[in-house]
Amino acid sequence: MARYLPHVVLALGAFLMLLPFYWMGLTAIRSPSEIFDISLWPVPDQFSAARNFGKVGERVPMGRFMLNGVIVCAGILIVQILTAVPAAYALAKLKFPGRGVFFALVVGALCVPMQALALPLFVGLAQLKLLNTYFALMVPFFLSVFAIFLFRQSFRSYPDEIIEAARLDGFSEFEICWRLVLRGSLPSLAAFSIFSVVAHWNDLYWPLIVVRDTALAPPPLGMLYFSDAESGADYGALMAGAALVTAPMVLCFLLARRQFIAGITMTGVK
Amino acid sequence: MMRRGLAFVAPAALLMLAIYIVPVLVLAGFSVTDYRLGALDWGFVGTGNFARAFSDPVFLRALANTLIYAAIVIPAGVGLALGVALLVHGTKRTRGFWEVAYFLPVTATLVAMATVWQFLLHPSLGPVNAAIRWLGFEPVSFLADPALLIPTMALMGVWQVLGFNMVLFLAGLTAIPKDLTEAARLDGAKSPIDRFLTVTWPMLGPTTMFVVVTTSISAFKVFEQVAVLTKGRQGSETLLYAIYLEGFEYAETGYAAALTLIFLALVLILSVGQTFKLDRKVHY
Repeated sequence: MARYLPHVVLALGAFLMLLPFYWMGLTAIRSPSEIFDISLWPVPDQFSAARNFGKVGERVPMGRFMLNGVIVCAGILIVQILTAVPAAYALAKLKFPGRGVFFALVVGALCVPMQALALPLFVGLAQLKLLNTYFALMVPFFLSVFAIFLFRQSFRSYPDEIIEAARLDGFSEFEICWRLVLRGSLPSLAAFSIFSVVAHWNDLYWPLIVVRDTALAPPPLGMLYFSDAESGADYGALMAGAALVTAPMVLCFLLARRQFIAGITMTGVK
Repeated sequence: MMRRGLAFVAPAALLMLAIYIVPVLVLAGFSVTDYRLGALDWGFVGTGNFARAFSDPVFLRALANTLIYAAIVIPAGVGLALGVALLVHGTKRTRGFWEVAYFLPVTATLVAMATVWQFLLHPSLGPVNAAIRWLGFEPVSFLADPALLIPTMALMGVWQVLGFNMVLFLAGLTAIPKDLTEAARLDGAKSPIDRFLTVTWPMLGPTTMFVVVTTSISAFKVFEQVAVLTKGRQGSETLLYAIYLEGFEYAETGYAAALTLIFLALVLILSVGQTFKLDRKVHY
């Protein structure tokens, strides 16, 4: 009996952790008339997934929100990698004036949450008439000091002899950085990419500040518009919307569990 | 070679200037003025905004709410995660399943899941209150009773952070050498509780420290639950939500800058010590 006790406790906890997902999925496929049925029985009397998901499309441009999320996450990630990889390589393997100062700034910036910079960035974007653009959604995240820190750590372990040999063979510094050193750190690159995409797919604070136009809203902001507008009780449609917003990250997690956990936990300081 | 190094950091350095350095200076500048976004003139008010903050009932309430939220999320989010990690660490074949089950909320979009929680906790339509009634108690109005708003948001916060902390604790537990536990057993630490207190808990010290700091920082940034559930009504503002309202809804730029600096100071106190440690060793 005592042998099974840990499993019983874990199962009860897991039930509570997964209940919101289950309830979301169940409500999303039930007909609105079953709303008063609080049983957890998985088979609805009337299978209404098409109706509920259809309602989401009628009320809000959910497809557009998802597309915005993809554009914003991809744009952010590409610029983050393009700027962080060379900087991290220089910090790890090259000597240049100001290296110590720059690294101190990177470490200092790790402590500053994005929310603390939101106000001046917002005012600056307002002055430049750039609010309500994809650029405004992405620009505060173009520099990831976390990526620089992580890649520097990882690049440092790349053998100097190989870099020297490559230089003698006529490789340019650019090729060494992107084609040799980065290739040795692909797990870090994958983990960082996952971390970045999850963080920005789920972010609400910044999009809420710079976007007033429904057509530009990423999924969390779109979800907020939807739930604010849906003060009535079409819970079927609301849960279908929530399922659509949540599904991409949850599916990626289920498919690439190890990399996902590494990506999210190696960060710590978000 | 030197020039090559500078060329490689130049893009990142320019972004650092534009995204971090200039904004922090501008923020500090705003905080001593009564600037309102869009206004043509502004005046220097010195520390007036900070004095105003500490006599502003809304800000003080937001600060108190955030502290209450943190006081629930930190112990529960860390303690439960440690308990789950210890249990999961003891399992073998089922370990992958438990990891998935407890980690799933970390990846889920909190805005969407807060909407789901709102429905789960609904006084008449939600299964949680149905279960409470079935057990013979009075239904609880989680989202109508002002006294329960912050604890309810903290419940969601714990739900989301638990799996993240569990994974960190599991990494810490895996790093404890098996010989050490075995030695403690031979030295007379017969019960698992004794072995936990003599070996596991001291060995987990750095991990626990790290988990407490990251949980505290994320607790001070609570925002989504307020945005979805109450929009700050019924006295349920949190620090970040109050800043959002002053800065972006009421355009009180100068005052919001002062509030932001107070928020930043709190986060820095929590994270500076941690970052110095991080500098020595990335933790994962």
